[in-house]
Amino acid sequence: MEAGTAPAGRTRLRRLEPAAIGGVMSRELANFRTYWRGTTFSSVLEPIVYLLAFGLGLSATLVDEVGGVPYVQYVGTGMVATAVIFSSALPAMFGTFVKHRFQNTYDAILAAPVDVEELVSAEMLWIGLRASVYGCVPLLVTIGFGLDPMPGMLLTPLFAFFTALGFAGFGVAMAATVAKIDQFNYVTALFVTPLFLVSGAFFPIDQLPQGVQIVAQLNPLHQLVELVRGGAFGFEAVDLLRFAGLVGFALVMWRIAVSRMSKRLID
Amino acid sequence: MAAIELRGVVKRFGPITAVDGLDLDVPEGICLGLLGPNGAGKSTTMRLLTGQALPDAGELRALGHELPDDSKAARAEMGVVPQLDNLDVDVTVEDNLAVFARLYRVPDVGAAVDRALDLARLRGRRRDAVDELSGGMRRRLLLARGLVHEPRLVLLDEPTVGLDPQIRTQLWTLIDDLRSRGTTTLMSTHYIEEAERLADEVAVMAQGKVISRGRPAELIREHAGRETAEIYAPPARLAEARAIAEADGLRVRPAGPAIAIVGSERAGNGAVPDGAVRRAASLEDVFVLLTGEEAE
Repeated sequence: MEAGTAPAGRTRLRRLEPAAIGGVMSRELANFRTYWRGTTFSSVLEPIVYLLAFGLGLSATLVDEVGGVPYVQYVGTGMVATAVIFSSALPAMFGTFVKHRFQNTYDAILAAPVDVEELVSAEMLWIGLRASVYGCVPLLVTIGFGLDPMPGMLLTPLFAFFTALGFAGFGVAMAATVAKIDQFNYVTALFVTPLFLVSGAFFPIDQLPQGVQIVAQLNPLHQLVELVRGGAFGFEAVDLLRFAGLVGFALVMWRIAVSRMSKRLID
Repeated sequence: MAAIELRGVVKRFGPITAVDGLDLDVPEGICLGLLGPNGAGKSTTMRLLTGQALPDAGELRALGHELPDDSKAARAEMGVVPQLDNLDVDVTVEDNLAVFARLYRVPDVGAAVDRALDLARLRGRRRDAVDELSGGMRRRLLLARGLVHEPRLVLLDEPTVGLDPQIRTQLWTLIDDLRSRGTTTLMSTHYIEEAERLADEVAVMAQGKVISRGRPAELIREHAGRETAEIYAPPARLAEARAIAEADGLRVRPAGPAIAIVGSERAGNGAVPDGAVRRAASLEDVFVLLTGEEAE
């Protein structure tokens, strides 16, 4: 090799370059090719198990329908939120922590012409894209359980993407904040599980106390559930606001994640 | 133009000053060995050059780019080989290289990967996962990854730390090739032999600053003279020999179970006891005299 022929040296380097973001995402893709079978298997099997247990089990014994929707379909559409949070917040928390603290992956990437903003954006985008695909699986499984396909359902990947983007940012920010990996137990117990339970995935939130209902309205997962059900059973005007809220959530979490990771990665 | 110019660089971590008014120039086309004990500030200097640490004071320039403001452009023309193996172990050899070719915006990723595979002598293992490689292969791959974009400047951070002698020799051959091609190299190390064999010039670093610099032979001549006499004896005898040599104005340093009288060619009658092993002065003598640390 001859020295001094680096092509990138002649290019102008700006913020948020697609080449840098694409490069980081190509690393994720290369890794994903080594473990996609296991992840895909569990993401398909889980909604089937949940639908059998909650949907068929509960609907046969306790709940027949909710708001005129068969309970199995109610749970099936709600489980998009479950799939999204578990394929975004958790991989972002654990994946980021492991890559930073144990594998020193980010040291290698940041030695290349990639800045923290591009690194975090790429990680979030990758998780967002992946979760938008896995988020659709419960819906597809529910179709197998009798849900009628509707054109509005085609928007599910978009809703799932922005929600997952926000939760990926949340996960990255948490990974940059905790001192030890076992502190994620606090994050899961205090944030992830409550958000998932009061999302309206398994039961309507209007049965809950007033205070909890207000909190639930601020829960991005609840907005996602409502949007997915809108796609399946008919949208309302307020759904535009819900979608705007999810985009805003993603933007805010993106900036928080970039800020937290910059503090963590740059001495 | 110097490839690296540092002027009065200071970097603190709380109460610890890791880099303390560092001045360092690395002319283009040479291999400069940054030699110092652990905690001398070598790795922090490397991180300052890659923008992963921000200076508290001073001026930094790499390949004409001001740091840290223009760090991204500088990094595009630099290659970095880290101290720790941070390869993606489940991913194939060629995918590890391809990812970094993309990160460095190499236009022909396939050709760059092939070149790097040849450099690392891993063409036959290109489709194997990294965790199937031997330790030596992984280190060669790590080096090739840092060179995948044919950088003008290479930063080697303790490139052979913790490796067995055979793998270290393999790495030295590759680093020597780099030097012969005229790539500017800054190599931090705390191995004397590594600096002596690979570096055109050596900068000895201690407590965050360069305390001496020159070609290895010049440093030896300046600080250690021509000859060193090593004395192996019981502790009481060593203490006595040390006192006599120091009284004669000679410098004495510990050398494991022995002591070494540096510049023994200047010793007066009786200052070096009979039975001392006389050898040519070395960079190790310089290192220990300047830093007060035992060499590795």
